[in-house]
Amino acid sequence: MSDSTAAVEHAEHNDPALLHHFATAQQQRDTASLGMWLFLATEVMFFGGMFCAYLVYRYWYYNEFAAGSRSISIWLGTINTVVLICSSLTVALGVKAAQLGKRKQLVSLLLATLVFGVAFLGIKGVEWYQKYEEHHVPGRSFDVSDIIRDYPQIHIDPSHSQLYFSLYFAMTGLHALHMIVGIGIFSFLTYYSWKGKYGPEYYTPIENGGLYWHFVDIVWIYLFPLLYLIDRKPLR
Amino acid sequence: MATAAVSTEQRENYLNAEYGIRSWLLTTDHKRIALLYLISITFFFFVGGFFALLIRLELLTPAGDLVLADTYNKLFTMHGQVMVFFFLIPSIPATLGNFLVPLMVGAKDLAFPRINLLSWYLYIAGGLLMLFCILTGGVDTGWTFYTPFSTGFSNTNVAEAGLAIFINGFSSILTGLNFVVTIHRMRAPGMTWSRLPLFLWSTYATSIIFLLGTPVIAITLLLVVLERTFNLGIFDPTRGGDPVLFQHLFWFYSHPAVYIMILPSMGVISEIVPCFSRKRVFGYKAVALSSIAIAVFGFLVWAHHMFVAGISLYAALVFSILSYLVALPSAIKVFNWTATMYKGSISFSTPMLYAFGFIGLFTVGGLTGLFLAALGIDVHVHDTYFVIAHFHYIMVGGALMGYLGGLHFWWPKITGRMYPEAWGRLSALIVFIGFNLTFFPQFILGYLGMPRRYWQYPPEFQVLNVFSTAGASVLAVGYILPMIYLLWSLRYGKPAGNNPWGAAGLEWTTQSPPTTFNFDETPEVTWEAYNYDQIPMPEEVTLER
Amino acid sequence: MSGHVISTKLYVTIWIALMCLTVITAAVAFVDLGPLNTVVALCIATFKALLVVLIFMHVKYTSEKLTKTVVISAIFFLFLLLGLSMADYTTRLLG
Repeated sequence: MSDSTAAVEHAEHNDPALLHHFATAQQQRDTASLGMWLFLATEVMFFGGMFCAYLVYRYWYYNEFAAGSRSISIWLGTINTVVLICSSLTVALGVKAAQLGKRKQLVSLLLATLVFGVAFLGIKGVEWYQKYEEHHVPGRSFDVSDIIRDYPQIHIDPSHSQLYFSLYFAMTGLHALHMIVGIGIFSFLTYYSWKGKYGPEYYTPIENGGLYWHFVDIVWIYLFPLLYLIDRKPLR
Repeated sequence: MATAAVSTEQRENYLNAEYGIRSWLLTTDHKRIALLYLISITFFFFVGGFFALLIRLELLTPAGDLVLADTYNKLFTMHGQVMVFFFLIPSIPATLGNFLVPLMVGAKDLAFPRINLLSWYLYIAGGLLMLFCILTGGVDTGWTFYTPFSTGFSNTNVAEAGLAIFINGFSSILTGLNFVVTIHRMRAPGMTWSRLPLFLWSTYATSIIFLLGTPVIAITLLLVVLERTFNLGIFDPTRGGDPVLFQHLFWFYSHPAVYIMILPSMGVISEIVPCFSRKRVFGYKAVALSSIAIAVFGFLVWAHHMFVAGISLYAALVFSILSYLVALPSAIKVFNWTATMYKGSISFSTPMLYAFGFIGLFTVGGLTGLFLAALGIDVHVHDTYFVIAHFHYIMVGGALMGYLGGLHFWWPKITGRMYPEAWGRLSALIVFIGFNLTFFPQFILGYLGMPRRYWQYPPEFQVLNVFSTAGASVLAVGYILPMIYLLWSLRYGKPAGNNPWGAAGLEWTTQSPPTTFNFDETPEVTWEAYNYDQIPMPEEVTLER
Repeated sequence: MSGHVISTKLYVTIWIALMCLTVITAAVAFVDLGPLNTVVALCIATFKALLVVLIFMHVKYTSEKLTKTVVISAIFFLFLLLGLSMADYTTRLLG
């Protein structure tokens, strides 16, 4: 091994954030980043399976899917989309704060992200409760006679409606689960940021946590039109 | 190259660096994790083998007289699930892959050592749940979990089995992630992509499948669990669901999964053949790119498992044509291995015997896959023993023989000991004979019409079934012998030097067994892969002539 | 990937764009465009996703080709799953 490589490695290993099996901090950063991107690729395929089921059944049962889509609140869905977009902004600005070593700003932005995240879950809870009250939750008390009454001009099969709602809960549920994990991760990040752990030399967890959060936002960006905006045209 | 005068026990290595159960259960050393996996997957191999034994015993006679029909359903289901998910899929990647990837790239460990340990714990968690499943009544849906039987009718532990495999899936995903990142980011100076051992190209290709395929079966099994628990009806035809949708989602992963099972084995063969031919691999680039091609094309063919399930004829045509496409890179590899041997200096060591077995048996398995890819033939032999013979030729004749060959090839590196060569060769021969006796009759049985997953059969099929069961007992001997002599070698085997085979590859430049951090100094690679023209044959290679 | 600092102004601009696109997509849903409704909704969603990926996730500014390869591969394989499955469903009744 050449002397310069050895010298660099030796010097770098005085860095407390550098793990022993990496030669340089840059290598460690690049490794962590690639790891997170690959993980996000697996998440694309994970959600993808459900998007496939959605696609098939929307193709087969468009009427029931459209009717089901009309029965969920477009206002709450839009507000939630706005909430997540705001949270993505605070995350992106948080990464910048870490890059510039602005600890207080970083903590505030991470806290704001958490607030937005919790708000999203709260609104989602409200939506789900609405569905529960309307008997649109698949199960024993599932009853879409109200939807059938609202659309006398199209034929609606209740079991096909149930498929829409099953997918609605499964997809938003899986998304919410990812939000909860995200909130957990960001809680830790907020705490460690407050402790001063992150700065221009080391902010990898903030950056990679941010990537995860943005991904969950992007999943919602697609869920919103696919679940809420199937058919909102005024009825003739 | 003289063996070190100091015995291996006296030198510090990864095995004796630390003692105690905590140092093993909390290790982040990729080599120790590889051994943890080796022990666990061997355990599951025997669990799966136990079910195979019962199946073959039942099929000795045409009548269903050993077990009840429902029990038989559980036997073949558990055999499949345990063997596929808890043995074959992790086998080479988690044992040989974990051990060798950092060594082969010249790194001190994998990119994410703690995630590597997490992978093993996830495997154990999934495995324990699967054992619980087995011990409390088993599953009877077939390893394929087809709906609506699995979601709406089966009274067995479907949800638990689904969860066990779901958890195990994350073990795979994290392993694949670790390998891809390690190969991209942790290569030593001078270790360019075109100098990588082909085992790493295969491992990389396998890891792509781990990453992109496994999440789909994860979500699919999750949907099955949800449907069973909450009665959702997503796959229930009486409520508008489509059972074929389950099959699309299931096979989107499970077809590439078979490439997860064969690619690492092919990688092992790519290491063994040049070493025991003392020659560079013929067509390095072709073999490397074929590995990637197999991984990518493997994602395009899944519905060839569904030709008679009710998919559209046009889709069937497309998938049939694509299935012929995926055979091409595999064939390229077989030609290249053969060309590597041409005018080489061949020695018939145990690993090489397994490699020969692999090449022959994989070719048979692969060609019969092409028969199945033809729609007209598939209509007749789908769900018969022809299919069973086909995939066992690939998974057992191919993947498992590659695994055993690799285990023997790298045994000196992993343990610092040589195994007894004569016993090694004998076992390889017994495996080869036992395997063919077990599975060749099954091609004929399937062609004659014997369905799979049936616990009784018409009397005219008995003779072939008896041959098959007899073969299975021979095969079992072939698998038990290495267990015995490999364990024996740990204590009494001849101590191995750094490179007993005179093989190419960075792993052979370290001591056997390696130290915890693999290399005293980061290696700088200035030579091409498989530089057998430069490596001398070791003097003390103990291949009895 | 790390190191490049993006201006706050750009982040806020993208944020405003995302908000506007959200409002637009919700509003357009009420207009009858026939089958184009779905197309428009998905195009807007894709554009929003691109903004997040390229700017918020720094993919536009990274020198790492591998990152872009990973992103494109994930999308490609997703389309493989969706596309080939739908190839079955859309051709079933044809014969």
